[in-house]
Amino acid sequence: MTPYLSLYGARFRTLLQYRLAAFAGFGTQLFWGIIRMMIFQAFYDSSAIAQPMSRAQAVTYIWLGQAMLGLLPWNLDADIRALMRTGTVAYELLRPMDLYATWYARAVAQRTAPTLLRCIPLFLVAGLFFGLRPPASPVAFVEWLLTTAGAVALGCAFGTLMNVTLVTTVAGEGIWRFAAPLTYTLSGMLIPISLLPPAFIPIVNALPFRGLVDTPFRAYLGLLTPRDLAFGLLHQACWTIALVATGRMLLRRTIGHMVIQGG
Amino acid sequence: MPQIVVENLCKSFRVAERDPGLWGAVRGLAHRRYRTVEAVRDVTFSLEEGELVGYIGPNGAGKSTTVKILSGILVPDSGRCEVMGAVPWRDRTRYVGRIGVVFGQRTQLWWDLPVIESLELIRDIYRVPSNAYRETLDELIALLDLKSLLDTPVRQLSLGQRMRCDLAGSLIHRPRILFLDEPTIGLDAVSKLALRDFVRRLNRDQGVTVILTTHDMDDIEALCSRVIVIGRGEILSDGSLAALRARVTNERWLIIDLEDEAAIVEDEDAESARTDTGRVRLRFDPARVSTAELIGRVTSRYAVRDLFVENPPIEEIVARLYREASP
Repeated sequence: MTPYLSLYGARFRTLLQYRLAAFAGFGTQLFWGIIRMMIFQAFYDSSAIAQPMSRAQAVTYIWLGQAMLGLLPWNLDADIRALMRTGTVAYELLRPMDLYATWYARAVAQRTAPTLLRCIPLFLVAGLFFGLRPPASPVAFVEWLLTTAGAVALGCAFGTLMNVTLVTTVAGEGIWRFAAPLTYTLSGMLIPISLLPPAFIPIVNALPFRGLVDTPFRAYLGLLTPRDLAFGLLHQACWTIALVATGRMLLRRTIGHMVIQGG
Repeated sequence: MPQIVVENLCKSFRVAERDPGLWGAVRGLAHRRYRTVEAVRDVTFSLEEGELVGYIGPNGAGKSTTVKILSGILVPDSGRCEVMGAVPWRDRTRYVGRIGVVFGQRTQLWWDLPVIESLELIRDIYRVPSNAYRETLDELIALLDLKSLLDTPVRQLSLGQRMRCDLAGSLIHRPRILFLDEPTIGLDAVSKLALRDFVRRLNRDQGVTVILTTHDMDDIEALCSRVIVIGRGEILSDGSLAALRARVTNERWLIIDLEDEAAIVEDEDAESARTDTGRVRLRFDPARVSTAELIGRVTSRYAVRDLFVENPPIEEIVARLYREASP
């Protein structure tokens, strides 16, 4: 097995051990899902004009968001932070591996393992009791899988870039406070993008975050035309490449002057 | 051609400083003051394959900096450094696959994973073929007595057990050079002995070059034929233990147990003092008075129950060297 795959596997297995965290996460996300559902109910009840997304679609969108929340790169990797604080990053540099790729593999594990644990019960419960609908069609399902893979690639590129800034800042609180609301609002996790004020939509469309949530969720709902799908995947791919390139460059530049203190 | 060549190596760091207290913190916001610390200054040495060298010095002397440069994770400001024909920090990822490093104060193993899974990960990281891995692992399990530890998560190991596993981790890919940075720190006596025994065998039986930094002079006395002493970033001494002794002092100690424990021993050619255990210790220079003559004089003047001659402990020698080096 290649080093990166086996590191991914080890990290994935480690994260799967945190059953209690998964259970707590499931509870929290269920609770928030119900609250958000009620807010959107009120919104649809009081709205006189036709919305670009039906009520049932909005409910499904919300529950998808609750189930897939773990994929959103809103926080830093606590372990990489610890590596920086304690200087154990020295050992990372002693591995005959590409450091960026190593951290990217970690990020993929960090996003996929907890999400996998949490999304299955959420899909079941929300599907049975709270109006989450299955994918619009088999084609929509395949499109959803494709764009979700794109979202993971993109989210991990963004997350790894944030982790790379830790080499310089060590603490990372600032970047974290900045990234959390940014990813949450601009991805469509807070409000589906098509429900945002029309003036904002072109800007949000150009930014990378839409590819994390809105693109796969609309695929799930069957709202993507083939052209939308192609553009969505291209948008994800371009931003992934740009973010990976930026992260790599930043890491190369900072690691050169890194000083690991202490014996 | 030596395996490791270090020539005129220099590395300095910029350390931000501020005055203590609130005012200092506020002033630090507007105006940063930096101090340059020369961690390594003009360090030169070379090592042949199969040497076991102690690299010692007080805290902050530049030991770890040298090891970090040699292992490729720090870039020096100037100077030349070649290990096995490669420049460590250039093409680092390829270079580090050929060396082994253990930092006593950190662990390279995965905290949440059982030891065996950590070792398998290391196997994959270094792309060690599985039959070679099997062979190396069996050997390490036997030598380091790891059998009972393999299924334990790393976080549940004692420090001594963890260090044994860390050593195994650093040798899975059979490096020809092993850097040990304070490997015995915090270990109990038994663990230290086991570790020393292992390092000695590794060096003797497999010819692995070992560079050992430590504060424990027993490590040095037990293992190293050659000692490099560094202080304030500069090399103070490089040679055998005996040469180090001879350079700093040639004094010997005559330790005496008297019949009358309260008696005071005096001699014109020696300096008398009490040891911590209440014995009499005469420090003398064998060039000034021969050992036989001094013993003859002491036994004729005092009622002696027992006596023996010893060299000053290496700690003492090194402490003197450090003192001489600091202004």
